[in-house]
Amino acid sequence: MGKTLFDKIWDAHVVAQVNDGPTQLYIDRHFCHEVTSPQAFNGLRERGLKVLRPDKTTATPDHNVPTWDQDKPIQDAISRHQVQTLTKNCEEFGITLYGLGHEKNGIVHVVGPENGLTQPGMTIVCGDSHTSTHGAFGSIAFGIGTSEVEMVLASQCILQPRPKTMLITIDGTLSKGVSSKDIILYIISKLTTGGGTGYFVEFAGSAITSLSMEARMSLCNMSIEMGARGGFIAPDQTTFDYINGREFAPKGEAWDKALAYWKTLKTDADAQFDKTYTFDAADIEPMITYGTNPGMGVGITGSIPTLNEIDEAGKISYIKSLEYMGYNPGEKMIGKPVDYVFVGSCTNGRIEDFRAFADFVKGKKKADNVVVWLVPGSRLVEKQIKAEGIDKVLESAGFVLRQPGCSACLAMNDDKVPAGKYSVSTSNRNFEGRQGPGSRTLLASVLTAAAAAVTGVVTDPREFLS
Amino acid sequence: MSNQKFNILTSTCVPLPIENVDTDQIIPARFLKATDKNGFGDNLFRDWRFNKDNTPKADFILNNPTFGGEILVGGKNFGSGSSREHAAWAIAGYGFRVVISSFFADIFKGNALNNGVLPVVVSEGFLARLFAAIEANPKSTVTVNLEAQSVTLDSTGESESFEINAYKKNCMLNGYDDIDYLLSNMAKIVEFETTDVRSTFA
Ligand code: SF4
Repeated sequence: MGKTLFDKIWDAHVVAQVNDGPTQLYIDRHFCHEVTSPQAFNGLRERGLKVLRPDKTTATPDHNVPTWDQDKPIQDAISRHQVQTLTKNCEEFGITLYGLGHEKNGIVHVVGPENGLTQPGMTIVCGDSHTSTHGAFGSIAFGIGTSEVEMVLASQCILQPRPKTMLITIDGTLSKGVSSKDIILYIISKLTTGGGTGYFVEFAGSAITSLSMEARMSLCNMSIEMGARGGFIAPDQTTFDYINGREFAPKGEAWDKALAYWKTLKTDADAQFDKTYTFDAADIEPMITYGTNPGMGVGITGSIPTLNEIDEAGKISYIKSLEYMGYNPGEKMIGKPVDYVFVGSCTNGRIEDFRAFADFVKGKKKADNVVVWLVPGSRLVEKQIKAEGIDKVLESAGFVLRQPGCSACLAMNDDKVPAGKYSVSTSNRNFEGRQGPGSRTLLASVLTAAAAAVTGVVTDPREFLS
Repeated sequence: MSNQKFNILTSTCVPLPIENVDTDQIIPARFLKATDKNGFGDNLFRDWRFNKDNTPKADFILNNPTFGGEILVGGKNFGSGSSREHAAWAIAGYGFRVVISSFFADIFKGNALNNGVLPVVVSEGFLARLFAAIEANPKSTVTVNLEAQSVTLDSTGESESFEINAYKKNCMLNGYDDIDYLLSNMAKIVEFETTDVRSTFA
């Protein structure tokens, strides 16, 4: 029997198999940020250990950083201390750091791919659940806890139970105004936030292979939101073209060798998955969430489900969730009030996202009732935005571009949505208080966010597309 | 750092019959700015537990003196969302040693085990009966026996076995952690690096 791509990459990284236990897996690339690493470095110090392979770890502060006046010291003393702690730890342990203000600084999952650090066939980890983003390149990439960060620093390995494999095929052509963000919100709404737990997902089908790398990253990014260990897409010409020429991509003879290897990275025709799902791209419309987990999504023209559509055990959470959101069962989503719009995060903070937003708002005006935060995913994205003149388009439509960071995705900095306010966000989580205590989040694509930004209410972006 | 050893625990329980309890609720992001592992228990379920003015919310279970103990019983899909290990530190820091649910998110499960908190998976039916028994009598105790891999509702004697792999079981029983194991395997790691095909272009 053939092997899945997951099996091939996993097997190529097994250092040892613990009897009746997890696999000791070798890690090719480790990314680090300020929030989940300090206790890991402390652990190394307490044990008197060094970092085994400092060249395989790259660090960048992103969660805590302000998105304004980045050249000035961080105002919040505790955030500043955490960012400084990362700097000190990187110096002490010899790790490359793209600190605040560095031309490569940005959200860790944006920085890795755009610098060519993320490559097919790798095992990639980071103390951050959205490490699944890197799966867009055909790598086994997943989030880990801080104890595991310490393990990787100390031994370049972690212990992991082998997940089961799942194949999700989406064939067909996406309708106009529908993006990869809508695909993944659609899938999670069908499979629920626990539907992928225990599995590693391969996404395939014509609707997937026709996506750009940026769009693939948005999709794989949110595979964790269905509980999956990670999600990936087999590498193809789109992948190779994206990597070629980036700073840390192999060059010359090494490129040829790498390419020959990467081309072998596909699931064999007769390989078996533990579970498979198939969806039709034509069934997907722009999606929006109405509740407090990413599985609580509907097509934008749809309505919030009624209580009798919810299974018994889920009823308490459903009622609690609608109460929190201030919504009633059965209500339509279109026309709901919006106070904030957030475009950014490791889901939708890449250059393509800002191009799409700018194209949409060009010649229109920001609605007066909304506060709009446009936050590039990295310094390189910000630079590209300016090089393409996108910032000018945004300005003339009444928008302001902020500086890179995680920002309102988790509101560890000052970008907090006030209690009770509604925010249409291109990020990945709508949990209670995620964007600030009491904030109410509606997850959506960049186009749906753009439509809300110019109308001030939940709007079907397709109304504006010819 | 080794963890506390775990063998048998008999305790009353705190019931939280909500599905999809995510790690943003267990410990909200604004409390993740610390650079050590201490004090997270004080902010466990912060926004469910306290009002804005820091007064306790009377209707939240942790503020109800009728319920207490070292076992937290949660609804299905406990610990979803962010990978923050701070969630496990908060649960351990508050004093829980076991979390029982019918389903756990993967990363949370691993983080809990790495901090000496035992995640125990039971069937949906058993979970429903646990909730009912605890609510009917908050003094109901549950016994978790790691060696025997059993979880028992003591008042009725109803018992289920739970899964844990032999390696992790051994770690929990003895208070070992994964780094001890990995470091003992250093020769294999170095050998792997020299034979890896990708080392020719990486
Ligand atoms: S943008 Fe949001 S999801 Fe992504 S790494 Fe930052 S906080 Fe996490």
